[in-house]
Amino acid sequence: MKSKILVLFSSIIGSAFLLSACGEQKTTGIDPQMMTDSLFSVMEADRTVYTKLIIGRLAKDEKVIKASEHWKDEKALVLPAQMFRYGAERVAEKGAPFSYSLLSLWPVNKQNKPKTEVEIKGLNYIAENPGKNFYSEEELGGVKYFTAVYPDVGVAPACVSCHNKHKDSPRTDFKLGEVMGGVVIRIPI
Amino acid sequence: MMSARKHIYWIYWLLITVGLAVYLTMQLLGEDKTVYLPGKTSHGHYQIEMACAACHSDPLGGGEVLQEACMNCHGSELEVADDSHPKSKFTNPRNADRVAKLDARKCVTCHTEHKEEITLAMGVTQPDDVCFKCHQDVAENRPSHEGLEFPTCATAGCHNFHDNRALYEDFLSKHLGEPEVHSTAKVAPLSPVEVYQTISSYPIKQYPIKALKSNEADQPISVRRDPKIVQDWMDTAHSQSGVNCSACHEQKTEGLDKPVWVDKPSHKVCSTCHTDQTKGFLSGKHGMRLEQNLTPMTPGKARLEMKRTAHGDELSCVSCHSSHRFNTKDAAVEACLSCHDDQHSNSYKDSKHFNLWHKEIRGQAAENTGVSCATCHMPRKEVKHDGVKIIIAEHNQNDNLRPNEKMLRSVCMQCHGLGFSIDALADRELVEKNFSEKPDVHIESLDMVKKRLGLKKDVDGM
Repeated sequence: MKSKILVLFSSIIGSAFLLSACGEQKTTGIDPQMMTDSLFSVMEADRTVYTKLIIGRLAKDEKVIKASEHWKDEKALVLPAQMFRYGAERVAEKGAPFSYSLLSLWPVNKQNKPKTEVEIKGLNYIAENPGKNFYSEEELGGVKYFTAVYPDVGVAPACVSCHNKHKDSPRTDFKLGEVMGGVVIRIPI
Repeated sequence: MMSARKHIYWIYWLLITVGLAVYLTMQLLGEDKTVYLPGKTSHGHYQIEMACAACHSDPLGGGEVLQEACMNCHGSELEVADDSHPKSKFTNPRNADRVAKLDARKCVTCHTEHKEEITLAMGVTQPDDVCFKCHQDVAENRPSHEGLEFPTCATAGCHNFHDNRALYEDFLSKHLGEPEVHSTAKVAPLSPVEVYQTISSYPIKQYPIKALKSNEADQPISVRRDPKIVQDWMDTAHSQSGVNCSACHEQKTEGLDKPVWVDKPSHKVCSTCHTDQTKGFLSGKHGMRLEQNLTPMTPGKARLEMKRTAHGDELSCVSCHSSHRFNTKDAAVEACLSCHDDQHSNSYKDSKHFNLWHKEIRGQAAENTGVSCATCHMPRKEVKHDGVKIIIAEHNQNDNLRPNEKMLRSVCMQCHGLGFSIDALADRELVEKNFSEKPDVHIESLDMVKKRLGLKKDVDGM
């Protein structure tokens, strides 16, 4: 009798396990950090290529065309930071589930200074720890996000010289290879 | 007894319900849908308020349907204006706190329709201090703004929410110290007709470029030949470039082999060659009713003051460009003044602008140096077709009207310095008097820029 009860009990527990496994499939999606790291590698590559091969080459070295913040009025090339932001806006317009921004502790446009707690922590962390990234989670507008902050480094002399000379730049002593800001990528989780 | 009375009530109820349903259905299907208006429509949309579906394109849709409708009509204009506050700036989660205060992702947050009691200038339904919600710390980086009252941001001639093309700091700095009037004051000449004929949509095979003689007018025998009409046509670029009577008056009809003669062709015919002009006309207050398949606008329907004699006139291309003559000089002033009866319009002929125009049309001054109504309200603009650049007159006369700083680059600065222009546009009394005197108002934005750049230079020099 005892063994019958034991078999019955074990079969109930076993079937409960089996049934619970039927209800939800094991998540096989990409890890958020792997996702943001991958996104950043594309962003960084494109940004570097544009900065070096377009701006550095045509505007600084060959002096074929100017690069200007007011590119439309001055019939000039879009600045690398603008190129990056326009891309982010296009991605947002298309309704992509992730978002990204280019921020800095020393922004030319004050709207681009960090403002959420994670942004402030992350921007400070990457500035103080060159070469390292910052990962965290935060809740904004009732949605929980995996937020990654990556260093944005001055890769070409043009980055450094323009920011150091800009009338609205709060810092004028940037050096080549230094962290000038950060790319913040958010994925809802 | 009670039961009979009860039955009568039920019959009353049924009759009233059915009557109401019939009445509302008839209203919905008819042209006059006033009964469905939840409130007075703003000045921007009142003309098309009976075309409910222009905005409420899906009766089951929510805010996204309205947003799409707003962008269908105003999207391209915002793009051209380099909108300073596009939706994409607010969809990023980092701005969730701002969206919670002011949902700038949706046009209706600031432009609620049918709410006359809260509607301010330009159809804005937010208080004047709306900028404060996000820019309360502006004085931290702009000490010159310390102590400025919050409602002044967008009402003092300094900033606009959407269009700041002539108001951003570097633009102001580039135009510091300009004279009141430039020595080279004139507007760009319109492209000659030959340019239109290079466009692929131009029916060049049917109407090759060739000056036509009066005896070549090809109206059918059934149509009476009016010598005055023929003479008017002979005086136009149409006859000089091969555009015969049939080009406008003959239209293809489904099921018929031969085209049918139409006495009064509509704007659709004009748009065959004058595509951009017609598009502009249909976007502005002169043609927006036609665009929604409503009856044409008449001055009698306008909210602005119009001449009583013109109240019944229906607006189409030929109401300003009288048919067969198509005199653009008449269309640029006399056509406007034959309807508009407000102080600004009635003061025009006492202005310096009119003096210049008068000299130009009398041949006493160079072409394009006069200032007509159209010079300011239908400014010259460049469009491209098949890679060909064409200078046309913008036929949406509302395009640069509000806020009036939109006129700075396309109009005022063609002849005047930026500082003088900003002051003139900010002087509301002067606008009413049609700029017959010098501005009595001074906007400090250029002074602020000068001071800031000077200070910056000092700092750099240290």
